[in-house]
Amino acid sequence: MDLFTAAVLVLDSTVRLTIPLLFAALAGLFSERAGVFDIGLEGKMLAGAFAAGSIAIVTGSPYLALVGAILVSVALSLVHGFASITAKGNQIVSGVAINFVAAGLTVLLGQNWFSQGGRTPQLPNTARFNPIELPGAAAVRDVPVVGYLYAELISGHSILVYLAFLAVPFSWWALYRTRFGLRLRAVGENPGAVDTAGISVEWLRYRAVIVAGIFCGLSGAYLAIAQSAGFIKDMTAGKGYIALAALIFAKWKPVPVMFACLLFGFLDAVAIRLQGTPVPLVGEVPVQIFQALPYILTCILLAGFIGTAIPPKAGGVPYTKER
Amino acid sequence: MSAASVPLPRWVTFGLMPALNLAVAFLISGLVVAFIGESPLEAVEVLLTGALGSGEGIGYTLFYATNFIFTGLAVAVAFHCGLFNIGGEGQAYLGGLGAALVALSLGEVLPWYATMPVAVLAAALFGAAWALIPAWLQASRGSHIVITTIMFNFIGAALMVYLLVNILKVPGAMAPETRTFAEGGQLPKLAFPFELFGARLGAAPFNVSFVIALLMAVLVWLLIWRTRLGYEIRATGTNPTAAIYAGIPYRRTVIVTMLISGGLAGMMALNPVMGASARLQVEFVGGAGFVGIAVALMGRSHPLGIVFAAILFGVLYQGGAELSFWIPSITRDMIVVIQGLVILFAGALENMFRPALARLFWRVPTASSVKA
Repeated sequence: MDLFTAAVLVLDSTVRLTIPLLFAALAGLFSERAGVFDIGLEGKMLAGAFAAGSIAIVTGSPYLALVGAILVSVALSLVHGFASITAKGNQIVSGVAINFVAAGLTVLLGQNWFSQGGRTPQLPNTARFNPIELPGAAAVRDVPVVGYLYAELISGHSILVYLAFLAVPFSWWALYRTRFGLRLRAVGENPGAVDTAGISVEWLRYRAVIVAGIFCGLSGAYLAIAQSAGFIKDMTAGKGYIALAALIFAKWKPVPVMFACLLFGFLDAVAIRLQGTPVPLVGEVPVQIFQALPYILTCILLAGFIGTAIPPKAGGVPYTKER
Repeated sequence: MSAASVPLPRWVTFGLMPALNLAVAFLISGLVVAFIGESPLEAVEVLLTGALGSGEGIGYTLFYATNFIFTGLAVAVAFHCGLFNIGGEGQAYLGGLGAALVALSLGEVLPWYATMPVAVLAAALFGAAWALIPAWLQASRGSHIVITTIMFNFIGAALMVYLLVNILKVPGAMAPETRTFAEGGQLPKLAFPFELFGARLGAAPFNVSFVIALLMAVLVWLLIWRTRLGYEIRATGTNPTAAIYAGIPYRRTVIVTMLISGGLAGMMALNPVMGASARLQVEFVGGAGFVGIAVALMGRSHPLGIVFAAILFGVLYQGGAELSFWIPSITRDMIVVIQGLVILFAGALENMFRPALARLFWRVPTASSVKA
């Protein structure tokens, strides 16, 4: 295999590994820009993935599974919303709790329903989101470089992949070009001002966490019924936290979020590719370096060596009306 | 003044409210058990018998509780300074490295009582070191400690797996773990308090680190409420601006608090590494760092409360293990669910009943209790 083909294959798997991060990071973007910290991304993804896997095996429909994943994830979002908006509880604690409940409940129910050690049964292709061949992909495959890139890299992904990349400009538009987005950003910076303008802080924040729930549901569904053929115990494996790191790395902005996710997805793809193969000059690179790199990079960023990351000002603080 | 800030009697805040929250968490856990087709009452019976019904059960319960006392204290000390140390998991993991290095070297030549103090120091030092960078980032760069400590959990996990797989592993062995420590590197079991009551400890790895944990609880109480540093920590936690105005150095207080917190988390490793398995294993922390959050919340960040909350979680852990043995459809994951619910209701929703209780105890509608 020549270098070009190898590079394209790594980039291709980069795209696939980026998608769950991207959906989850966008979820975090909406929630945190509205002033609600969300470290429960991981749990919502996991619950969404389990819902998608279970519904897909029972009904055979990936679309029903997707809807189910979104509903379950939104339900957890509402719990987080209730705790952190209405009950004015600690948002970090609420996120931790959601991660625990999701980690436990998915395996407990999975074992009881399907008796496969917490997995859902292997899905047939009809119950999954399958790769889509874009028009003309087969025809241009033999055109050097460009044709091959189109056929391998651009074409041949599931619908959710394209949806994820479309969600980026959509999020940008929603946050920066709509009244909802303006208010959402304002509520994360200065909820008092928004309240003074006669807009409900609570309802805005609830809408933000619901959007976060929808995105986490998409992320989970992608994991269970597009990337894999079924739910596996703890299949998010820290992706929710990497998404959180990507969100901070991107300084809470939609388009940089995409690039941060692509970077972290690329690191993951390289790690898989390099496993057990020595690199010239360096020798064998331990896979753990690649696993830790997203977090190390984010910490270096936070230390102020790559610009500064300033979080939404009112993040993590429940809003209490003055009386 | 809203209903949320009406003062309530102390026994309500520290007794009734946590009890109500726990009751709701257990009620929902019971519903989960019923949902999977088992009897919640039978489950409770198996859980309690398993955790408290025999000397061995109690030994295991206290063994798990030891872990949670350490991590609960770690979270609580940071709480008092207004910091959320969610990195107990990583700090304990690294603490294990410190303890193991001492056990592997000094444990060969010295008896356990000579190795132990050094191991305690090493575990605390390694745990504190892992908290240092997040602490510095918080104190000097203003980056959120929650985020950085989460990141350090993952960096720590990657580092430890690398060390165990590539360096510390016994050559030729499959399992990524160190060799078994010599006698001098192991903490002896505490069987005599059990024998005093005619009970038997059996296979339970209840060991000397329980005593260290209780000692730390006392020291933390002294530190927080009886020393100058403790006052500075609480002042910074209550109102950082006022504390700085009063001449308390913010950066120093934050960093020192986090070092103490990380050290306490690091010491947790003594219990599983030197007290039970007598070797350093992958993922030996097993979520105890996160449970510490729940323990600290339930114990209202007071050492005495933490010891009780830790024992409660010990009961859940040991009882849950028995539960999955006797009622196989309730797998061990049920404990994780119960923990999650306890964290949710006793932690995030801790003030859920406050407005209702405030109305009950003030006997006046909240609107008319407002004074200009």
